[in-house]
Amino acid sequence: MADLESSLIPFFAWLVSLVAVPAIILLGRKPDAREGVTFFAAIVKFSLVLLMLPLIREGKILHFSFGEIIEGIPIEFRVDGLGILFAIVASSLWILTSLYALGYMRSLKEHDQTRFFACFALSLSATIGVAFAGNLLTLYIFYEILSLSTYPLVTHHGDKEARSGGRTYLSHLLGTSVAFVLPAMIYCYWKKGGDINFTDGSLLTTNIDSGAGLILLLAFTFGFAKNGLMPFHSWLPNAMVAPTPVSALLHAVAVVKVGVFCVIRVFTGVFGIDLLRDLNVAVVVSWIAAFTVITSSLIALTQDNLKRRLAFSTIGQLSYIILGVSLLTSLGVTGSILHVAMHAFGKITLFFCAGAIYVTMHKKYVSELVGIGRKMPITMTAFAIGSLSVIGLPFTGGLVSKWYLVMGTVDLGADGTVDSGKIALLVIFLVSSILNACYFLPIVYRAFFCRPEESLYEGGRQEAPLACLIPLCITALLSVISFFNPSLFIELAGLIIK
Amino acid sequence: MTDHLPILLLLSPLFGALVCVLFGKGNSKNAWIVSMISLGISSILSVFLLLKVLSIKGGDIRYRMGGWDPSSGYEVGIELRVDILAALIVLAVTLVGFINTIYSKTRVPAEVGEKGPFFYALIQLLIVGLCGIIMTNDAFNLYVLIEITSLTSYALIAMGNRRAALSSFNYVIMGTIGASFYLLGVGYLYIKTGTLNIDDIHTYLENENLWTSQSIIVAFILIMLGVWTKMALFPLHGWLPNAYSYAPSMTGTFMAPLMTKVMVYVMIRVMLWLFGADFVYSEDSVWGELIVWMSVVAIVAGSFLALARNDIKKMLTYLIIAEVGYMVGGAWLNSLTGQAGAFYHILSDAAMTFCLFIAASIVIIRTGESRLNAFDGLFRKMPLTMIGFTIGGLSMIGLPPTCGFFSKWYLISGGIESGHWEFVVALLFSSLINAVIFFKIFERAYFGKIKGIKEEVSVADIDMIPAEGIKSVPASMLIPLFISALSVLILGIMNKNLFSWISNALKMING
Amino acid sequence: MDIIIASFLEDSIVPKFNYWIYVILMMIGLYAMITKNNLIKKLIGMAIFQTAIILLYVSVGVKADANIPIISHHGEKDHVEHAQNENLDSASEGSSHHGSKKEYHVIDKNKFANPLPHVLMLTAIVVGVSTLGLALAISQKVHGSFGTLEEDEILDQLRPGGHD
Repeated sequence: MADLESSLIPFFAWLVSLVAVPAIILLGRKPDAREGVTFFAAIVKFSLVLLMLPLIREGKILHFSFGEIIEGIPIEFRVDGLGILFAIVASSLWILTSLYALGYMRSLKEHDQTRFFACFALSLSATIGVAFAGNLLTLYIFYEILSLSTYPLVTHHGDKEARSGGRTYLSHLLGTSVAFVLPAMIYCYWKKGGDINFTDGSLLTTNIDSGAGLILLLAFTFGFAKNGLMPFHSWLPNAMVAPTPVSALLHAVAVVKVGVFCVIRVFTGVFGIDLLRDLNVAVVVSWIAAFTVITSSLIALTQDNLKRRLAFSTIGQLSYIILGVSLLTSLGVTGSILHVAMHAFGKITLFFCAGAIYVTMHKKYVSELVGIGRKMPITMTAFAIGSLSVIGLPFTGGLVSKWYLVMGTVDLGADGTVDSGKIALLVIFLVSSILNACYFLPIVYRAFFCRPEESLYEGGRQEAPLACLIPLCITALLSVISFFNPSLFIELAGLIIK
Repeated sequence: MTDHLPILLLLSPLFGALVCVLFGKGNSKNAWIVSMISLGISSILSVFLLLKVLSIKGGDIRYRMGGWDPSSGYEVGIELRVDILAALIVLAVTLVGFINTIYSKTRVPAEVGEKGPFFYALIQLLIVGLCGIIMTNDAFNLYVLIEITSLTSYALIAMGNRRAALSSFNYVIMGTIGASFYLLGVGYLYIKTGTLNIDDIHTYLENENLWTSQSIIVAFILIMLGVWTKMALFPLHGWLPNAYSYAPSMTGTFMAPLMTKVMVYVMIRVMLWLFGADFVYSEDSVWGELIVWMSVVAIVAGSFLALARNDIKKMLTYLIIAEVGYMVGGAWLNSLTGQAGAFYHILSDAAMTFCLFIAASIVIIRTGESRLNAFDGLFRKMPLTMIGFTIGGLSMIGLPPTCGFFSKWYLISGGIESGHWEFVVALLFSSLINAVIFFKIFERAYFGKIKGIKEEVSVADIDMIPAEGIKSVPASMLIPLFISALSVLILGIMNKNLFSWISNALKMING
Repeated sequence: MDIIIASFLEDSIVPKFNYWIYVILMMIGLYAMITKNNLIKKLIGMAIFQTAIILLYVSVGVKADANIPIISHHGEKDHVEHAQNENLDSASEGSSHHGSKKEYHVIDKNKFANPLPHVLMLTAIVVGVSTLGLALAISQKVHGSFGTLEEDEILDQLRPGGHD
C-alpha cells in the first residue's frame, strides 16, 4: 500500500470552482468581472493540482475525508496517479476553454452567459470530484452531479432541438447510472461487507464466480454511459446541440473522460487486474468496445455535420481506452490512461477549430469547408495537427498512446504467452486508424489543396477572434509537445499499475 | 414532569382542539394561534421524548395510563410504550403538524371560510390520534385511535369542494371496512389469548406455542388486510387518489405525508412486536414471497399510473401508492436492512411528500391550473417554489444527497441480501419512471411559456379557487416549503445516525 | 349422505351457530356496502357490518349459566364466597378486591359473563355511531351539491366536466 497522507489540498482544489459559482452568479451584470472569476478559479485550481503533483510522483496518495455518510463509507478524496493525471488534463484545459468560451460567446452575443459560466464552474467541480474520488459512492455522487450540472449547458439554446437533445442526454445518462451502477455498487458493498473503497488491488477479494463477475462488470461498464459505449452512446451526438465550448471541454474532455475514468477505476480498483484475469470476463468488454470502435468510425464517415462527425470520432476513441484497459496487460492499461490525456488535447483542438469556423464563417458542414484553408490557415493547421493526433500519426501525442495500446494487444498476459484472441484486436486498432484517416484527412486536404475555382471562399485571410485562436494554437502545440515529452504522463500511469 | 411526557404530548393538542371549538368562534386567526401554541408544545415535548429515549440506550419508556400497575401479574389498564422508533415518528408527526399549521394560516380563511376553528380542532385531534397510534401498546386501544384518526380525516377531507364530499364518503366506506377487519383480527386474538396488551399477547402466543393455530393465522391475515386497506396498498388503494386530491390543500399537505406512513408503522409493529419475526418470516414463508410480489406490483402499478396522470395532485397520490409498496416490500424482505430501510423510508417519504405537496399546492393555487401545464415557465416566475419542488422531485428519483437516495440504498441492500431481486428491479424501475415524470415537469418549468392569470374559469375548474395570480407567495406558505426541503436534505446527510438507531432497535426485537 | 350432513351440522354448525350468524351478517353488510348504488343503503350495510363484529365480541364473553357482570353489594350473598380463589378473571376491570377487611368479597368469575368484551364493544358502538353520524352528514353535503344520493347519477354529473 502506498503511503496515505492526509491533506487539505484536494479539498481546496475541488472547492475553488464550487465557490466560483455563487461569485459568477452575483457578478452577472459585470461580464468582465464575471469572466475574471472564472479565470481566477481555473488558474488557482490548476496551481493547486500542480502543487500536489510532486507528492504524487513520490508515490504518496493524498487523502481527505468529509465524514461518513453511510455506515463504513465516507465521502472522501484519494488522489493517486490516475486521479492527478485526469485532474491536470481537466483543469489545464479549463483555463484554455474559458478563454475560448469568452471569445465564442461574445462574438455570437449569446444569451444567458451567467448561467453558462456558472454551470461550467459547477461541472468542473464535479469533474474534479470524480477524479479525486476515493470510493464508489463518492464517484457515483459526483458522476450524477455532473450529469445534472451539464444539462443546462447542453440545452443552452432553449429551442426544440436543444430540448430534445437534452432529453436524450439525461435519459441515457441518468437512466443507465441509476439502473446499472446503483445496484452494482450496493452489491459490491454488501459482498465486501461494508466498504467500497478503491484499493490498490481488488475490493472484491471475496469469492465471486465468473457469472456474477461478468454481470457486475457489464453493469458498471454500461452503467457509466458517459464512456460512449454502444448501445448507450446516442447521448453524445445529440449533445452536439450545445454551444461549442461545451462540446469542446465537456464532451471531448470532461464528461466523456469521466466515463472512461470510471471504467478504468472499476477495472483497476474495484475488480483489480489480477481478479479479472482469473475470471476471464474482460474479453466480453473488449469485444463490445471493438464493435463500438468500428461502428462509430463507419458512422463518422457518413456525417456531414462537422461536430457530429467529431462526436462519433470521440465515441470511437473512448472505446479505444476501454479496449485498452480490458486487455489486462500493463502496456494496454498504460496506453489507455495515456490516451485519456492525448486524445483530450487532440480532440479539444478539433472542437475549438470547429467552433472557430462557426464563429467566423457560420459554417457547420464538412461539405462547406472546401478551400477554407486559405481563409483561415492558422485554424486549419491546428485542425490538421489535431487530426493527426487522433489518427495517431507521428509528431503528435496520439501516436504515443496508440503505440502503447497496440503493443498492449501483443503484450504478455499473465501466463507469459501472447493471447491469440488479442491479435484480432490488433487488427481492429489498425483498421480503425485507417478509418480515422478516411474521415479526417479529406477535410484537411480539401481545405488546403483544392483548386482555386472549387474554393467556396474568396478574399484574404479572416481568422477567428483572438480569444478563440490562442487556445486552439496552444492545444495543438500541446499535442505536439506531448509526443516529444510524454514522460510525465507515462510516469503517472505507471503509478497505478503496480 | 418528564415522567408524563407521553401523555402530555397527547393532551396538548387535545385541549387545543377543545379551546379552538369553544372560544374560536368564527375567528380563524385565534384558532390558528391556539393551534400553533398547542402543536408547538407538542413538538417540543416530542423532542424531549426523543432525547429521553436516546439516553436510555436501547430501552423504552413505559407509561401506564392512570397508574394501573401490572405487578399483580395481570395486565390491566392501557400502556403507552415509546421506544426509539416511536419517538422518531412522533417527532415527525408533531413537527409536520406544526409546520403545516404555519402553512394553513392563509389557506384556512380562503378554503374553509368560517369553519376555520373546526378545521384546527380536527387537525389537532388527528394529531392526537396519530401520536396515540404510535405510542400505544394495547391492541384495542390501537383500534380506537385508528378510528379517531380516520373520523377526523373523513371530516377534514369532506370540508373541501363537492367532489371532496363524495371522495370522503368513499373513504368512509373503505376505511370502515379496513378498521373493522382490524377489529375482527384483534377479536380473534383476544379469544385465544385473553389479553389485549401487545407484549402480553406476544408472550402468551410464544408460551403456548400457538403459531400454527388457525385462529391466529386468520387473525394475522385479518389485521394485515385491515392495515393494508388503511395504507392504500395496491389493489386496496382506490380511496386514496380522490380523497387526497380534492381535499382542501392544507388537509392534503398534512395527510399525504403522514397517514399512510403511520399505518405502515402499525403494520411493522404488529408484524414484529405482536406476532414476532419467527412467525412472520418462517411460518408464512409462502406469504412472505407473495407479499413481496404484491409490493412489486404496487410499486410498478403506482409508478405507471402516476406517469399517466395529467393532474398534479393525482399524480403525486399515485406516487404515494408506489412508495407504500416500497415500505411494505421492505418490511417483508426478511432482512434487517430491509426492515430498517422501510422504517427509514417512513421518515424520508414523509419529508419528501410533504415538500412536494406543499410545492404543488402553491403552484396550483397561484396559477389556478391543476394540470401539469401549470408548471410552464415557472422556474423564472416562481423560482423559490420550483427549487423546493425540485428537491422533492430529486429525492423521489433517488439522487444523492437527498434522503430518497439513502432509503433506496437500504431497501436495495435489503433486497440483495434476501435474494428478492424482483424487489430490486421494481425499485430501480420506479426510480426511472419517477425520473421521467419529474424531468418532464422540470423541462416544462424551465423552457415553457408562462401561463397568465386565468380570465375564464372553465367548467372543470368550477370547484377550484379562482387563481390569485402569480404574485409573490406569502411567507407563511414558503417557510414550510423551505423547512421541508431542508429536512429532505438533512435526513439524507444524517442518515447514518438515524439508520443505526433504527437498526439497533430492530435488532433487539428480531432476536 | 344423511350421516355426513348430520355430522357436519353437529360438529361445525350447531356448536358455532353464533359465528355462522355473524359471518352471514358481515357478508350481507359487505355486499350492501360494495354493490348498492344508493349512499344511504351503503351506510346501512356499514352499520350491519359493524354490528356483526360487535355481536361476535359480545358472544365471546358468554358463559354457561352466567349472569350479567354487575356486582351488587345488596343481597346476593349466595354469589359471594369466602375463597382461596386466586384465579380472578385476568381481564376483568371491575374486580373488586377489598384488601384491608378481613372478610374478602371474592367473586366466582364463572358466575358472571366476561365484562371486558362488553366494555370494548361499548367503545366500538360509540365509534360506529360516530362514523355513521359523520357519514350521514357527508351524505347530506353530497345531496346538497349533487341533488341526488344515487352513485351512478352522481358519477354521470361528474363525467363531462371531470378530469381524471
